[in-house]
Amino acid sequence: MPERAKKNSDLELPPEILDLLKGNDELELEDVDMVVDEIEFLYQAGVMPALQRMVASRAKPTSLLDAPFTLPVQKYPGEIVEVTLGATKSQGGSRGKPIVIGGEKSPSFYTFENPTLNAPVISLDVFDQKVPIPKAVKTNFNDAIQDPVSWAKFAVDKFGAQMITLHLVSIDPLNPKPSTPAEAAKTVEDVLQAVDVPLVVGGCGDPKKDLEVFEKVTAVAEGERLLISTVTLDMDIEKSAKLIKQYGHVALAFSPMDLNQARELNRRLLEYLPKEQIIMDTTTAALGYGLDYAYTIMERARLAGLMGDPELQQPMSSGTTNAWAAREAWQTMDPQWGDKALRGPLWETVTGLTLLLAGVDLFMMLHPAAVKTMRNTIKRLTDKRGAADVAQIANWVSTKI
Amino acid sequence: MSGKETKGGIKQLSPIDVYMLLPKTNCKECGEDNCMAFATKVVNREVSVDQCPSLLTKANQKNYAKLKEMLKPAVKEVTVGVGDSAINVGGKLVMYRHEFTYTNPTAIAIDVTDEMSDEELLSRVKKTQEFTYLYIGNDLKLQMIAVRSTSNDADKFKATVKTVAENTNLPMILCSIDPAIIESGLMAIPKARPLIYAATKDNWKEMAELALMYKCPLVVSAPNDISLLKSMVKTMNEYGLEDLVLDPGTFTSSGLGDTINNFTMIRRAACTMGDELLGYPTIGTPITAWTESTGSPTVKAWNEAYVASMLVTRFADLMIMHGTEGWALLPLTVLRQNIYTDPRKPVAVEAGLRTIGTPDEHSPVLMTSNFALTYYTVAQDIESSGNAAYLIVVDSEGTAIDSGVAGRKLTAETVADAIKESKLEEKVNHRKLIIPGKAARISGEIEELSNWQVLVGPRDSSGIAKFLQDTWK
Repeated sequence: MPERAKKNSDLELPPEILDLLKGNDELELEDVDMVVDEIEFLYQAGVMPALQRMVASRAKPTSLLDAPFTLPVQKYPGEIVEVTLGATKSQGGSRGKPIVIGGEKSPSFYTFENPTLNAPVISLDVFDQKVPIPKAVKTNFNDAIQDPVSWAKFAVDKFGAQMITLHLVSIDPLNPKPSTPAEAAKTVEDVLQAVDVPLVVGGCGDPKKDLEVFEKVTAVAEGERLLISTVTLDMDIEKSAKLIKQYGHVALAFSPMDLNQARELNRRLLEYLPKEQIIMDTTTAALGYGLDYAYTIMERARLAGLMGDPELQQPMSSGTTNAWAAREAWQTMDPQWGDKALRGPLWETVTGLTLLLAGVDLFMMLHPAAVKTMRNTIKRLTDKRGAADVAQIANWVSTKI
Repeated sequence: MSGKETKGGIKQLSPIDVYMLLPKTNCKECGEDNCMAFATKVVNREVSVDQCPSLLTKANQKNYAKLKEMLKPAVKEVTVGVGDSAINVGGKLVMYRHEFTYTNPTAIAIDVTDEMSDEELLSRVKKTQEFTYLYIGNDLKLQMIAVRSTSNDADKFKATVKTVAENTNLPMILCSIDPAIIESGLMAIPKARPLIYAATKDNWKEMAELALMYKCPLVVSAPNDISLLKSMVKTMNEYGLEDLVLDPGTFTSSGLGDTINNFTMIRRAACTMGDELLGYPTIGTPITAWTESTGSPTVKAWNEAYVASMLVTRFADLMIMHGTEGWALLPLTVLRQNIYTDPRKPVAVEAGLRTIGTPDEHSPVLMTSNFALTYYTVAQDIESSGNAAYLIVVDSEGTAIDSGVAGRKLTAETVADAIKESKLEEKVNHRKLIIPGKAARISGEIEELSNWQVLVGPRDSSGIAKFLQDTWK
């Protein structure tokens, strides 16, 4: 409030000035200054509170004032591509039911703008050899994790997995005895036999070996519309893309937390593949270990796609299992931080939910409790608006817990 | 109002806009070389315009007022409590965190009730006050106590508020929809400026009077009804109340979608539509997860925690919670820290040799990546192991160890080059390099290229202390 207004005295203010002061708005007070400039010298200290009371008592409303609210909707020039994973028998594969992701016309779950066309999907991780897995996860799978086929079956039968991600880590050339492309392809065939959900097939991260393996895998699984994970900038992109196109699969384009690289990779893939055969992964870092970067890159990618950037309009995938890289997820800590059997899966859940809100369409996850919470939440977020029952929370303030 | 034009987002404000309203005398009294440099810092919110002495004189009063209006955040900043322990909530400049750093991390309040035993009450207050987790140089904390009246007895409420005030400096939220109860609570702490929860469509007049009388911030509550919320805000403004907090209701099971929508709509209206009636901080109440009729306490704590995490991401400036379990609050407070960090901070630290303590020619040599979080974690773990050591930070293009190895950003070549550049061969009398367990697969190649012996360390750097104890003699 301007200093000089405070110097008011017991001066009687004319009604039109009181009207101007009503609501105590800064700008209006400025106007008052101009109107009453010549009487300023009459002001004395300490009278402003009295003036405020006078104004307030005069202005006190007796009923609620009207303030209409219109939904703050925006228009977006772009939209996210729809991608189908898995193919049924009539479509040339052997999956029970294909899954469609993407298709957003608004930022995720801005359902006041547009309904969610396709609910985000969760794929459960299966590894083809022993890998370090947190105890909190292991106890849920018992002996099933001994081999990828029983693991995949268990994930589908016991936990209702919508998809399976088969990580072919055994092919890594740095392993003492890496498995061959033919052996890896056999594992893929076996898992395809054992479960009928759509499949993600992941390599080991070696661009050369992965491509050798993908060459076999794409061929033996022709028509299944697998998600091939991953194609990166340091791979032979032309060859990878052509294989994926020839045998009817989908590419997962992986970039290391860098929007320009994500764009470049999509651009290069789009030279050989239709946009309906590309999903992108801009890297997931664990909660506490870079999730902020992962979140913001994904949010920016999605907003850019909606604003019309054709190179960022692919649906997004997240390796949410990376949440377990955080030591707080798996370590026994001081007792005040509680049971790691709860802390760990909550770590994965929070990592996943944060990226769900950034726009991720496909999650690769590990812990069944995290998967279940994500699924329930996705269901609630895609519900039609108006599911809130006001009576249900009306008395929380006075409820004994 | 000129402010409306700038509410579209921080990017629309240029240093020139600010410069035009400065004295343009380049007097350097603010500590900057000239007014333009000062204007740039003002736009980046690194300094306040109040640092310009000339601007505070009467002659520049109009320009000062214009600048204040121009720089006004889209979401008003509201202070709860007084003195050193006061908490600011809101004050947001932007909707998305990549646009500009979020200010004022979501404040978390833990509830107590006026029917809890003194023992329970004090233990919850103590737990809230003492909650601390050291995370990359920051202490993660809880901020407030929410006192709820479950007894509906004004005297009991007053006594409870008094007890809490005697045992903590944390700011309070007084919770009841009965104005008489709130008033008795306010009488116990008349100068403490607690947040009043809440004015509703039925009690707003009485609550407004109390907020005016005790000069307290006030929550206006309209579950799942933003029109009502807006109309209450307008009414309160008319009453002379500006320190308001918006409660659109938190539904943790069915209705969660509406909840996320409501918080999102409020923030968008404020940040991109210039709707000043919705330009106030928001309060979430994940505590409602505990009022569900089914589920064990563990399930309720779980539900409360994950809903709270979504509200941290989706625009809650303040939250009331019941659970105090570390397994639930740790991921939540870490997430809050993540969301509220400066997005302009680089992911990578400079590569090169670092020393920890005062290493000599016998000291161990360790290696890590230049991903900022990896580096800080590893450096902290070596330091707390009590060993003096050399740490080679390899340029992995800002990726973590595992993704760096997988993505060929962290290779035997880059490691061998880094060893050479570090000139460690002149500094130590051994040739042993400890590498992270997650880089084990490139150990052989490193040995070949560098002629150093590689010791594969733990997969997580928390194991470094033990590893050094066992292997470095």
